[in-house]
Amino acid sequence: MAERIMVKGNEAMAEAAVRAGCRLYFGYPITPQSEFTEYMARRMPEVDGVFLQSESEVAAVNMVYGAACTGHRVMTSTSSPGFSLMQEGVSYIAGAMLPAVFVNVVRGGPGLGDIQPAQSDYFQSTKGGGHGDYHLIVLAPGSIQEAVDLMETAFRLADNYRVPVMMLADGMLGQMMEPVVFPEYVKLDGINDHSSWALRGTDGREPHKVTSFDIDPVRLEEMNTETHKVYEEIRSKEIRFETHDLEDADYILVGYGTMGRILGSVVKMARKQGIKVGLFRPISLWPFPYDELKKAAKGKRFCTVVEMSTGQMVEDVRLSVEGALPVHFYGRTGGMVPTPDEVFKELVRLIG
Amino acid sequence: MSEHLLVAAGFGGQGVMLIGQILATAGMFDNKHTTWLPSYGPEMRGGTANCTVVVSDEPIASPITNTPNELIIMNIPSLIKFEKEIQSDGLMVINTSVVDRDTIRDDISIIKVDANAIAEKLGNLKVANMVVLGAYLKKTGAVTLEGVKRALEKKLTGSKATLIDLNIKAIEEGMKSVT
Repeated sequence: MAERIMVKGNEAMAEAAVRAGCRLYFGYPITPQSEFTEYMARRMPEVDGVFLQSESEVAAVNMVYGAACTGHRVMTSTSSPGFSLMQEGVSYIAGAMLPAVFVNVVRGGPGLGDIQPAQSDYFQSTKGGGHGDYHLIVLAPGSIQEAVDLMETAFRLADNYRVPVMMLADGMLGQMMEPVVFPEYVKLDGINDHSSWALRGTDGREPHKVTSFDIDPVRLEEMNTETHKVYEEIRSKEIRFETHDLEDADYILVGYGTMGRILGSVVKMARKQGIKVGLFRPISLWPFPYDELKKAAKGKRFCTVVEMSTGQMVEDVRLSVEGALPVHFYGRTGGMVPTPDEVFKELVRLIG
Repeated sequence: MSEHLLVAAGFGGQGVMLIGQILATAGMFDNKHTTWLPSYGPEMRGGTANCTVVVSDEPIASPITNTPNELIIMNIPSLIKFEKEIQSDGLMVINTSVVDRDTIRDDISIIKVDANAIAEKLGNLKVANMVVLGAYLKKTGAVTLEGVKRALEKKLTGSKATLIDLNIKAIEEGMKSVT
């Protein structure tokens, strides 16, 4: 077995990005994500990569935009207010159909909020925080190991579909430590061929054009329609989720990321007392596992969604089950994290 | 106990975060499942700090708890904050050099360690945290001393490597203090 290493979430995700072939990092430090940027500052020179601390998040995202035009693996990482600042650039990158990876280590909001863990950027991440008809692929890891494993997936999906990918973490995942096994370095030869569109110099060929702009609405509609064909393909192929103890369950808990993981403890507590509870943990938040959740919820008495927010993903859960069963919500906000005990108490109250 | 849900709490600067990191890393070397979760924020030396460590034979779902079964208490504010939360039959290790009062709980095991005095005898007050860790380990056997040594070697590198022996000595003295 490969060596297990005790490592902080932020640093683990950064190392995983390096191993996934990212050699271009642009970012601006912000708590609770700063160790990510700090790690890249030390690590990128070791692999002949580029680390650039920008003057702001607005600059960072535009550096990502420029670098993504070359077709090389590029990323940035930030936390909630920083990602808000990046929205214009994210929309341009999505509009220009460029591969790039964003990591958001979410903290309490809105506004300046605080620096504690939160999941209140779900709407912004999954419904388009910037303007226009676009989507990010959004992946929500529940543990540091999963974040490490999903990082390569994030870059691969970005490359395959030419769509920006978001890793939606939270302050808890960024700050905690647990043992991790890192994957081998990805060999980039042959899997990163974007020569048909990338901007790498016009020697011996016609110029390429990368843009999110067309003044002619007929052509812009065609462009957007092409993009949406890609989104449809992603919807049909890239659903990710995990379930526990669902088969004989009377009740379903639904949570993503760190909260989904914490709900695992609630399931254990409930099962010990003979309450049949199962867990559905979406890993891809866009595309959301609507059909899979609908199927999982069939015949159950009710579903309880738990989030570190005042209720965002719960809307997608309601869309999934189409009124077939009651959907309850329990959440904490402002950086408060629901503990297994308080969720269990709420579950018992709902069962009545 | 197959699952250790520990909260270590004290003043910033007393080394409670290090207690947790060494314990969690030692758990990893013992091939257990383990997590370390810091309270973080605009913390400062002299402010309160705590971390939650889970060491388990099984995969860990929640790395957070508000009902720990073990506490390491390094100052009075931490005693007041966490004594209400610990499970019945839990274990509380108290650094009595700093905490000069008793807990209100009479349904838990208590270990009192005069950690600062023991650390001063070793010539360095800063290892009081390792003295307390030693006392905790003697009582719980949560991880092996061998695992702790490997964790210290991982954590204390470069110019700090010279402090490994002192830290191990402090852990051993802490173990001896528990009768």
